[in-house]
Amino acid sequence: MTGFSFTIDGVAVTAEDGETIMEAADAAGIYIPRLCDHEGLRHQGSCRVCTVKAGGRSVSACTQPAQAGQVVENETPHITKLRRDLVEMLFHEGNHLCPICEASGNCELQAMAYRLDMTAPTKFPYLEPCRPLDASHPDIALDTNRCITCGRCIRASQEIDGKGVFGYVGRGIHRRVAVNGADLADTDAAITDFAISKDVCPVGCIIRKGIGFATPIGEREFDSGLIGHKIEEKKRD
Amino acid sequence: MTEQRKARIATASLAGCFGCHMAILDIDERLIELMKLVDVDRSPLTDIKRFTRRCDIGIIEGGCCNEENVHVLRDFRRNCDVLIALGQCAIMGGLPAMRNAIMHSDAPLRECLDEAYITGRYIRNTTHNIPNDPALPLLLDEVYPCSEVVEIDYNIPGCAPSGDVIYETLAGLLSGKFRGFERDKIRFD
Amino acid sequence: MEPATTRHLRPDEIAQIGAICDAVGNDPHRMLDILLSVQDECRWIAPDAMQLIADRTGLSRIAVEGVASFYAFLSQTPKGRVTIRLCDDIIDRFAGMPQVVAAFETALGIKVGETTPDGAISLDYTACIGMCDQAPAAMVNDVVLTKLTPDRGAEIVAALQAGQRPEDLISDHFANLTPHDRATRQVENNIRHAGAVLLGPGSDRAGLENALTMTPDQIIGQIEASGLRGCGGAGFPTGRKWRIAANAEADRRIIICNADEGEPGTFKDRVLLTERPHLLIEGMTIAARAVGAREGILYLRGEYVYLRALIEETLEDRRNRGLLGQGIQGQDGFDFDIRLQMGAGAYICGEEGALISSCEGLPGEPKTRPPFPAVQGYLGLPTVVNNVETFCNAARVLDQGAQWFFDMGTEQSHGTKLFSVSGDCLNPGIYELPYGLSVRDLLVMAGAEDAAAVAVGGASGTMIARDQFDRRFGFDDLSTGGAVVVFNGQRNILEIVEYYMSFFVHESCGYCTPCRVGNVFLQKAIGKFRQGLANPEDIDYLKDLSGTIIETSRCGLGTTSPNPILSTLENFPLVYAAMVKPSQDRIRASFDIQSAIDSARHLAKRRSTIFDEDFSK
Repeated sequence: MTGFSFTIDGVAVTAEDGETIMEAADAAGIYIPRLCDHEGLRHQGSCRVCTVKAGGRSVSACTQPAQAGQVVENETPHITKLRRDLVEMLFHEGNHLCPICEASGNCELQAMAYRLDMTAPTKFPYLEPCRPLDASHPDIALDTNRCITCGRCIRASQEIDGKGVFGYVGRGIHRRVAVNGADLADTDAAITDFAISKDVCPVGCIIRKGIGFATPIGEREFDSGLIGHKIEEKKRD
Repeated sequence: MTEQRKARIATASLAGCFGCHMAILDIDERLIELMKLVDVDRSPLTDIKRFTRRCDIGIIEGGCCNEENVHVLRDFRRNCDVLIALGQCAIMGGLPAMRNAIMHSDAPLRECLDEAYITGRYIRNTTHNIPNDPALPLLLDEVYPCSEVVEIDYNIPGCAPSGDVIYETLAGLLSGKFRGFERDKIRFD
Repeated sequence: MEPATTRHLRPDEIAQIGAICDAVGNDPHRMLDILLSVQDECRWIAPDAMQLIADRTGLSRIAVEGVASFYAFLSQTPKGRVTIRLCDDIIDRFAGMPQVVAAFETALGIKVGETTPDGAISLDYTACIGMCDQAPAAMVNDVVLTKLTPDRGAEIVAALQAGQRPEDLISDHFANLTPHDRATRQVENNIRHAGAVLLGPGSDRAGLENALTMTPDQIIGQIEASGLRGCGGAGFPTGRKWRIAANAEADRRIIICNADEGEPGTFKDRVLLTERPHLLIEGMTIAARAVGAREGILYLRGEYVYLRALIEETLEDRRNRGLLGQGIQGQDGFDFDIRLQMGAGAYICGEEGALISSCEGLPGEPKTRPPFPAVQGYLGLPTVVNNVETFCNAARVLDQGAQWFFDMGTEQSHGTKLFSVSGDCLNPGIYELPYGLSVRDLLVMAGAEDAAAVAVGGASGTMIARDQFDRRFGFDDLSTGGAVVVFNGQRNILEIVEYYMSFFVHESCGYCTPCRVGNVFLQKAIGKFRQGLANPEDIDYLKDLSGTIIETSRCGLGTTSPNPILSTLENFPLVYAAMVKPSQDRIRASFDIQSAIDSARHLAKRRSTIFDEDFSK
């Protein structure tokens, strides 16, 4: 492994051969917004929220290998605007009603909207799809109205749990996360799966029954800090 | 807004729950300060039903689910210099707009009313009628955010927005110093 | 009765599906072949069938469902024994498809999207099937019917209902025809101008013999010197691609021919596959020699299934003549063979990475780059993917020499180009002409002097107006995969744009957010313009949203899908400006209260006390 350096928004960052821009940024305490990427899971590059400019070209930071001497732009007004558009697209694609969602306050989609200053989600039309709720499993429910097709549950189930409870089906705007069977009770999903844990689903789609709304407003994950602050705090140390 | 006179404010609740109006009261003791700067014209808070004169700021809670909402919203747009959508319902339809997502048949409104008054599993409606008093405004085919009906100048997010964010926005607009929201004040719940 | 969608498989169906899986060795990478065969035999991919296929191939059911639900030609509801797929391209619509659809619907007593109650015939729309020069067209199972009329539609239905097979519609001795005759009886070539490289006299002569006298490095050198660039539209230098693959460290390399010609308005590969199949295979063989590949795949779009027998005959013929297989032309160690991979109705599979995914038995989703396919492609092996026309050109370069090819065309675009001309012109068809030709010259040749707009490059290309007809085809100016779609002054530009956007919405794979969602928003916005419900600021909104989609999408589909909108905003701005409704007193004229309360008015059986002006009368 050989180290080299490149810059993100003018700050010099070191990377190892084969590291992605995002991995190197994380290690350096620079947060690049992301939704479909999750530490420990295969990089997918589908939400595009981690879009950066590398050498002038738009690339997804979670999949693009860092290169020596590369000039990467991350938090410019233009890129922030692109990211806000993408997050708004996700809000408008599904049925996201924060006031009634038990993930509110712990939701990465919502927290990303806060970070990107999304105050008026009214530019795009609302698609208002008719999506099912799967409460067949005794311990787990799926409210697919809130799914943003990030596929973290798919990879977590395959790569960490060794199961394959979830998978993508359909194409285009009909592409969605589905379960390996007629419904969730028909699969080998268990409440102890990593894929079901609160770390994996960034929104309120995968619901662990019986423990909703446990944390009062004010004490939830993103009540006190912007998303990404944990990575950014590394820089200050 | 001239300094000689107090600014005039009007408010209305359309398809909302009045929670945002309650939130206005969450400004708490700063209300006294605010009232030194403004007169409240048409509003449920004053019970004034019609605009007595042109207002500087109109505050709208709730989206449009029926014809009366549209009528009131247009009236506000005509009579207010600046129009604010207050809270998630006004901004994006909110909970009432949940009906939009479940209505995908050929006769969505009929399906919705049937479900609400006749066929729903938990309905105890012994008359088996859908309310249809002539005084009831006609429902719209779907619930619309305010910005689809009129041009909106500012949106204050939240369900309901905190007293702080309402106060700071109003104070900022009245003093001409409003420069957007602080990140940690943005909340959708 | 149990609903069809939950019906369990019959024992004969279980045996049938098992045999289908066995035929490809239960190989999960052959999933698309398995599912296509099951669709053919059972007329749908039932839930139980997916479980059975999953068990046989060692995959999970959801993985099989992921593939089955991706491709348009695979169905998760039962289809009729005969499926009629009506081409829904804009050219077909302008050529009278709506009347043809009505005739089919009337004769069958069903609507598009439905199956007759006896389960005999299904009627569906499908995206452009590559017959724009003889529209309106349709597929009836594996048979293509062109130049349809309402009367012909009624005849077809009557014949099918009388028990005729789809191929009987072409000829009553179909089985006795040669594969080439079968193809040309179904589809006309419409070669209007044959050029020096691909379609002219003697241009079926290919350069394998010459290639065998050269080292692989020399072959690549020839291709590089010829200036040949990919003919699918992107124009990547072919020689460079071959060299990257040749230099990549691996003990297996793959040659793939992209015959997934899906760009609306493009049909040149159809003609090459029909008239120059040997040239194509020879080009692939030369590429194999150059990069050191032993395996090849010819990916044929599902819509061109009528050419399958012709291609298979060509492959078999070349195997018999020692031009394919072990020890080609007696050269020890020069082994190369090709398998035919059928597509199943997915435009995105024309994208290099998606094509490879599809060959691997996966949903046709583009792959993350880097790595690039020439380094790590099919099953992680160095893979050369080239278009049909590119391989044919490569074979001709080896036959005639690099300089000969280089001398044709322009500074950045050498050789000739096959143009697929369709739409409002007297002579639709294929024109092989040197690069550097002006749009106007081509329009004159095609009898399209009254053209008002031309979509150069099809849906993902550029829509130009009269004042730009002096622009020239080539990578220097107007680059194109070959589609030249002509519209006269009577055509509604916004209708064309709306169609193109609906096409991209239908064909987006859905992997990345901007392409999956953004294109739906663009389509809806154009719909508002067409209805006269757009706000003035919606023009900027279209540009802004297009910019986001282009900048953040993962593959070429998303980076080009806003082109119809951006190029018409630029070249036909009045079309948009005429349709916007400015707000009055800042009240949106685009919100139509009358239509919003109309259903409530009917349900409540009363008029509005607010918005019905005659209420008091």
